[in-house]
Amino acid sequence: MKYPRKDLSNEDLAVMCKKARRDIVKMLAEAGSGHPGGSLSAIDLIMMLHYKFMRHSPQESDPDKQDVFVLSKGHGVPALYAAYAAMDYIPREELLSLRKLGSPLQGHPDKILMPLLKASTGSLGQGLSVAQGYAFSARVKKTGQHVYCLVGDGECNEGQIWEAAMSAGHYKLAGLTVVLDYNKAQIDGLVHEVMDSEPLRQKWEAFGWRTFEIDGHNLEEMEKTFHQCLEEKEKPQVVIAHTIKGKGVSFMEKDLVKWHGVAPSQEELQVALKELQ
Amino acid sequence: MGKIATRKAFGQKLEELGASHKNIVVLDADLSKSTKSELFAKKFPERFFEMGIAEANMISTAAGLAFAGNKPFCCSFACFLTGRYDQIRMSVAYPRAPVVLVGTHAGIGIGEDGNSQMGLEDINLMRGLPNMMVFQPADEMETHQVVEFVSQYKDGPAYLRLTRQGVEDVSPANYRFKPGKGQILREGDDVAVIASGGVVMPALQAARALEKDGVSAAVINMASIKPIDEETIINYARQCGKVFTVEDHNIIGGLGTAVGEVLIENGIHCAFRRHGLYDVFGESGSPDSLYEKYRLDDAGIAVTLKEFMQGVTK
Repeated sequence: MKYPRKDLSNEDLAVMCKKARRDIVKMLAEAGSGHPGGSLSAIDLIMMLHYKFMRHSPQESDPDKQDVFVLSKGHGVPALYAAYAAMDYIPREELLSLRKLGSPLQGHPDKILMPLLKASTGSLGQGLSVAQGYAFSARVKKTGQHVYCLVGDGECNEGQIWEAAMSAGHYKLAGLTVVLDYNKAQIDGLVHEVMDSEPLRQKWEAFGWRTFEIDGHNLEEMEKTFHQCLEEKEKPQVVIAHTIKGKGVSFMEKDLVKWHGVAPSQEELQVALKELQ
Repeated sequence: MGKIATRKAFGQKLEELGASHKNIVVLDADLSKSTKSELFAKKFPERFFEMGIAEANMISTAAGLAFAGNKPFCCSFACFLTGRYDQIRMSVAYPRAPVVLVGTHAGIGIGEDGNSQMGLEDINLMRGLPNMMVFQPADEMETHQVVEFVSQYKDGPAYLRLTRQGVEDVSPANYRFKPGKGQILREGDDVAVIASGGVVMPALQAARALEKDGVSAAVINMASIKPIDEETIINYARQCGKVFTVEDHNIIGGLGTAVGEVLIENGIHCAFRRHGLYDVFGESGSPDSLYEKYRLDDAGIAVTLKEFMQGVTK
């Protein structure tokens, strides 16, 4: 397996995360639409999992031997595309075809056009159930795969998230880790104003999950926590990752609700790229 | 002739296939006793997932199981399953997950439980989804064959619509189900009666009854609603000049609509009538009393067909 690269230092990973951030703002500016805030908040988590935890390889054809990542918050897919480009799963130049006619880089994940993806998401709330299906399969086939699912905080408004939380808890799906990108904002405003989901940690605990709460941009803390998740044998785990929407681009961090779903202009892109050097 | 519900025929076949098809997994939402998936559950508990009363979660979970190389059968009542339309659309149909959605308790034929438990718009919903196939077998043998076909199909999802009530055998002993192919049960020159599911036998009896009035009615069992057998529809419409469809479903968007689309798009001008639920919801009553009221029993179909032959419009 090419991955995980356990020897990779967090210093080197941080450099790669920054490069992925540059790719995210570039592809969104080129597309002229999309979701920068939630892509920039999730990228560190996505990179850590793909580089240092998940077993996968472009050369491995047997899917049962590879760990699974489901992006339930489909609008954050530019972050996943950037990670794929970083790992040479897709050509870097293809990133600029995002959201354009004929591109496999659809505005939201399309599993048929890009078979690398494990689910077609974008209608929020469904990806966690799909991830649960992969985890059920791993249990039935005894593959030893671990399944990761990235969900959004706004996404936790969806009833289906809690249906899946209940069933994964019921089935004690220890092979499933949910990473909750808690960036505090959704389209219509701050999460606690739109639909307050607190106390979030207690909710997951009540459904039978082992819970962690971390800084979603601190690679050391993240690494330590994901190791603990792999050691858990009795319960599914949720990592509530406190993140900053638009992380790395100051004008986005300052106006996080606005930058949920607006692409930077060419001028804004230049400012962002300078900050992300 | 024994009467067996197609849900029961499904459950028995699934249980049988479970032994040889190790990739079959089954999910149910607290209705396994009614959908008959319990037969599989008892024999292969490690491949059965009780999902509780949470159909949306069940459907998307089935998609994940399918992507991981399994063949999921996802079971509930037709109305509860197809009511989770967004999950079927996004988790299943769009990414062509080879999930079999099994909707039992189709139509007013379920009886006393009433409207909330009746699948009456499900064919319309499922037909409207790209990549989705829609099958409705008419008897035990056909159900076995449809289940066998979908269990091997890898390229996309299918919706299977099944009855609660027992149905009599209509298929000849040498019948082989093929998707996109209708089954001619009776030849005739005056009218082509096209039916599907639990009302195929009543439609056949109605056609037989009209013989004494000098009406020669062909009867076609259309188990494959999508893809549909365009060739047979066109040929029999041309031969008979009159087409009459029968279904235990809203006439909007169901079998009748599918047949009508074929007729119009192929430039066939003929007398045409969709018989079924005339854009109304269901209600409680015994299955027989409901079929009588809504003219879906032998006599009711015969009367309606006779009116149609006499040029009476609804």
